[in-house]
Amino acid sequence: MKHWSPVSRFLSALAVALLLFSGAANAQLTIEIVGGGATQTPIAIVPFAGESDYPLGITGVVGADLQRSGLFRLIESGGTRAATPQDVRYADFRSRGAEAIVVGTMSPAGGGQVNVRFYLLDAVKQTQLTAFSYTVPTTQFRAVAHKIADVIYEALTGDKGVFSTRIAYIVKQGRRHMLQVADADGFNPQTIVQSDEPLMSPSWSPDGARLAYVSFENRKPIVYVQDLASGRKHTVANFRGNNSAPAWSPDGQRMVVTLTKDGNSQMYMINVDGSGERRLTQSGAIDTEANFAPDGSSILFVSDRGGTPQIYRLTLSSGAVERVTFEGSYNTSPRYAPDGKSFAFLKRDGNRFNIAVQDMASRQVQTLTQGGNDESPSFAPNGRMILYASVQGGRGILAAVSSDGRVKQRLSSAVGGDVREPAWGPLGK
Amino acid sequence: MNKIVFVAALGLLAACSSTPENQNAAPVDDRAVGAGAVPGGPGSTTSPAGGSSLSGSAIPPGGGSLASAQPSSGGRPSALTDPANILSKRSVYYDYDSFVIKDDYRPLIEAHGRYLRDNRNAHIVVQGNTDERGGREYNLALGNKRAESVKRALAIMGVQDQQVETVSFGKEKPRNPESNEAAWAENRRSDIVYRGE
Repeated sequence: MKHWSPVSRFLSALAVALLLFSGAANAQLTIEIVGGGATQTPIAIVPFAGESDYPLGITGVVGADLQRSGLFRLIESGGTRAATPQDVRYADFRSRGAEAIVVGTMSPAGGGQVNVRFYLLDAVKQTQLTAFSYTVPTTQFRAVAHKIADVIYEALTGDKGVFSTRIAYIVKQGRRHMLQVADADGFNPQTIVQSDEPLMSPSWSPDGARLAYVSFENRKPIVYVQDLASGRKHTVANFRGNNSAPAWSPDGQRMVVTLTKDGNSQMYMINVDGSGERRLTQSGAIDTEANFAPDGSSILFVSDRGGTPQIYRLTLSSGAVERVTFEGSYNTSPRYAPDGKSFAFLKRDGNRFNIAVQDMASRQVQTLTQGGNDESPSFAPNGRMILYASVQGGRGILAAVSSDGRVKQRLSSAVGGDVREPAWGPLGK
Repeated sequence: MNKIVFVAALGLLAACSSTPENQNAAPVDDRAVGAGAVPGGPGSTTSPAGGSSLSGSAIPPGGGSLASAQPSSGGRPSALTDPANILSKRSVYYDYDSFVIKDDYRPLIEAHGRYLRDNRNAHIVVQGNTDERGGREYNLALGNKRAESVKRALAIMGVQDQQVETVSFGKEKPRNPESNEAAWAENRRSDIVYRGE
């Protein structure tokens, strides 16, 4: 069930696929892919039988999702009307180079609902890999398309798909700062918080239901948590001085925040309701930007206790602290990979700030981006991509890079302003 | 094209970071309250330092006197806003990634220290700021360190703890929104703001 066996391995590392979502008036972020994966599975997605009866399609979104990952190459389906495995003439698909085939149907299910059925087929072995059926209103077409793309992605790569996830980010337009949440493909952006004062450091609760963030709306940084469904917010940390850098524990019950109530920036464990704060570090230096290990046993954080900002690890049970970055004089913004085996961070090389990953065990560092003004790395919940903030043409944009550095995407805002501080939300349940 | 300009600016930075002459190119000693706001500059619109009633005109350095200075709002003693008085100077500028108060700013800190010592009812907020380079949270912490360095220098002079509050804006409220060495130098800064201003 790991990598799909009959996939031929061919390199198309420099293939440039340009994909722009056109005709979507509500899209605020468009995604452009630059570069592709080392291995791209050729896949034919046949338009579903009955799909043309609906103004909004599904297979186009599925194809765009898969292509955007950099791991798939779309193969023309050649006008076939195959809708079920029995209809498929495998030889036709094989001659076009397809190794996977998607067919399906869409039909009215009554009460405004639509039944969407799809089959994923192995073109080489001529077998069915998986099949699913969904009954949804037309308003859920995009959501179903992302779910189908997730199923296909997982069946063919062995990793969870992240097409149904959401991202949060900050938009700044003139004086206006907005915390927005959008689908992972940039669609359906919604403004969660808006302020004339800066907003920063959005952070998803592990269940994806709440966002922690820092707002200057009371003229200094204060940490809030907002429930996405109800829009209700509460204050987590509003102590004397600065309150910032919220990091959720994996169980969603506690947070580490950075407070300056005792002078310098130090980290405190605090309950999400704002009670019971407890100081974690006792240094005379800056200790900030905590990020929990996936198992909750330790945190990575940034300290300048050694003279330059470097990344350290604090084991929570013992209080033991060890330095983990040694290359260069500026390493900040650590974010654990979902498997805890590596972390992404912001690294300065000369005067250039780029995103890098470091292996926890070997300490080997790989620089993934070359933007020079990159910051705010955030792992996709399957660990395959890292979303980050960059600058292009003097404007803040979001970009993403695969964790092996091969696939790169740029997400640009169609509405103007600076987009920054992306945070990739968790997998759905 | 912007990218080229920016890369050139980064190159300049490499040349500048160790040369004190260029640090002095930052608008340092001539910055009076009221002249500080960047008109329409994003993020700077609520900067209290820009809210003075003094128009930035007319009184040349050394040419003004307390008697001729316009009274400021709220009945605050005009010594704080008289451009001829060092107390009107409110900004301390820093080297890159540094919170060390340079000797150039000792007279400014000492003047405010004396004023606060002599006026125990006076309270200030020290606002720390950074340039735009690097991560936001680390910059927020660095801005705090800058503000704390001013507070510590004042405390050594006998200013009481409760007279001085510190806050950091990190790189979130740049006075100069440009991306070049002059803007970065201007944004690496602590501002002293008196309560009521």
